[in-house]
Amino acid sequence: MKLVIAYINPFRLDEIRDALKATGVTGLTAMNAQGFGRQSGHTETYRGAEYEVDMVPKIRIEVLVDDSLAPAVIDTIEQTARTGSIGDGKIAVLPVEDVVRIRTGERGRDAL
Amino acid sequence: MDSGDTAWMLTSCALVLLMTPGLAFFYGGMVRAKNMLAMLMKNFVAMGIVTVLWVLVGASLTFSGSTTLGDYGVLGDLDLWGLRNLGASNTLFGLTFPDNVMIMFQLTFAIITPALIAGAIAERMKFTAWAAFVALWALLVYVPVAHWVWGGGFVGEDIGALDFAGGLVVHINAGAAALALILVLGPRIGFRKEAIRPHALPFTVLGAGILWFGWFGFNGGSAFAADQAAGNAFLTTQVAAATAATAWIIAEAATTGKPSTLGFVSGAVAGLVAITPAAGFVGPLGAMAIGLVAGVVCYWALRLKFMFNFDDSLDVVAVHLVGGIIGSLLLGVLAEEAYGGVAGSVDQLGRQALSVVIAFAYSFGVTWVIARVLDLAMGIRASEVDERNGLDLALHEEQSYVLVD
Repeated sequence: MKLVIAYINPFRLDEIRDALKATGVTGLTAMNAQGFGRQSGHTETYRGAEYEVDMVPKIRIEVLVDDSLAPAVIDTIEQTARTGSIGDGKIAVLPVEDVVRIRTGERGRDAL
Repeated sequence: MDSGDTAWMLTSCALVLLMTPGLAFFYGGMVRAKNMLAMLMKNFVAMGIVTVLWVLVGASLTFSGSTTLGDYGVLGDLDLWGLRNLGASNTLFGLTFPDNVMIMFQLTFAIITPALIAGAIAERMKFTAWAAFVALWALLVYVPVAHWVWGGGFVGEDIGALDFAGGLVVHINAGAAALALILVLGPRIGFRKEAIRPHALPFTVLGAGILWFGWFGFNGGSAFAADQAAGNAFLTTQVAAATAATAWIIAEAATTGKPSTLGFVSGAVAGLVAITPAAGFVGPLGAMAIGLVAGVVCYWALRLKFMFNFDDSLDVVAVHLVGGIIGSLLLGVLAEEAYGGVAGSVDQLGRQALSVVIAFAYSFGVTWVIARVLDLAMGIRASEVDERNGLDLALHEEQSYVLVD
C-alpha cells in the first residue's frame, strides 16, 4: 500500500478529485496548506505599507491506495495538476505499513 | 418640547452608540487573529466605564454651570452629580427635547472618543492599564475639552470656535491622545521588521459600514432637531465620506498601483472624520472639498509613523488627528451663512486654528502625564511573552477562533 501526498494549486482540486474518482480511488483527504518552493511569494499592501509574503497558499492531498493502483494515481495527479507554470506543486509517495478501518476493524488492503 | 425632535434624538443616541461596536470591528479586522478579542474589548469596555463615570460626575462637570479661571470657563460644577437633579424638563439645555435625551446623546460621544484611541495601542497594551486609562482620560481630558467647546467654556464662548459634531472634542482630542500614549507605550515587537498583517479585513469593511451608518446620528443628531440643519448634515456627511473614499483609492492607485478595499473604507472614515466639525456649517460642495482634501492628505499622512518611527498601529493619528485638523481648519474658510449662519473668513480660520492648537496641546500633554503615571504605578505594557502569544489568551483567557470543537 502507498500513501500518495500531493501539494497542488488550490484551483486544481476539483478536477483532480474527479479524475482520481475515474481511476478508481474511493477516498482522499484535502487540507489547506501554506508553503514556499521555487515559486516566489507575492507583495501585499495595507494602507501604503508593503509586505513581502513568501508563503503561498496550496492544498495538500493525501490518498491511500493499493500498490497496483499507485502508478495510475500518481500519473493522474501529475497530468491533472500540471499547468506548465512554476508553482504546480509536488507529489511524494510513501510506503504504508498497515491501514485500519476503524468502524469494522478491517486491516491492510481490506481497509482501503 | 417637540416629539419629532425627541424621536430623532433618541434615534441618534442609538445610532451613535452603535458606532463603538462598529469601531471595534473596524479595528479588530486589522489586528492579528491572536489579538482580536483584546481589541474588541478595549473598545467595548469604554461603554461600561464611561457610562458609569458620566452619570456620576462626567455629565455634570461637562454641562452643569461653568467654573471660571479669570474670565474663562474651564469646567462645569458638581451640582448635577449622579444626574439627581436632571428631572423631566428641558431647562438645562433649553432644547426642544428632554435634558435626559441630551445627556444620553452626549454620553455616546464620551464613549466613542476614548475608544478611538484604542487603535493606536493595539496588540500590546495591558487590559487593566487600558481600563484605568479610559477612566482617567474620560474625566481629565474628554470632560474638560467637551466643556470648553460645547458646555459653555472658553473655546466655544470666548474664542468662538465652531465644532458641529466633534472635530476638536472627539477627533483631534483622540488623535493627540493616541500619539502621546504610544510614545510612552512604545512600538509592537516586530514593528517595521516583521509583516504584521490584518487578519480579517471583511470585519473592517463591515465595521466601516456600521460607522458610516452611525455617523448620520453623530452628525445629523448634532443639529439637535429633526429639521433642515439635520438634513444638511446628512447630505454633507454622505458627500464627504464618498468623496474621501474615492479620492483615497485614486491616490493609492497612483502610488502603490492597486486600489485596495482597506483603502476605500479608510478613506470613507477619514472623510467622515473631516466633515464632523463642519457638517452643519458647509454645503454639499464645501463637503466635497473637505472630503477630497481628507482623502488625499490622510492617505499621505500614513507615512508619518514611518518617518518619525512611532507605532500608531491602526493609524489613529493619520485618520483622526489629521482628518480632524483638516475639517476644523477648512470649516473656517468653507462655512457658508446659508447653512449654519456663519460665513467663512480669515478671522474664523484664525479662531479655528487657535482652538486646534489648544485641543491638541492639552490632550497631548495631559495624556502623556496620565500614561507616565499609569506606567510607573502599574505598568501599561503586556509582557513580551504575552505579546508574542497573543493578548486574547494572555489577558482574557479566551480565543477568537476555535478551529476544533
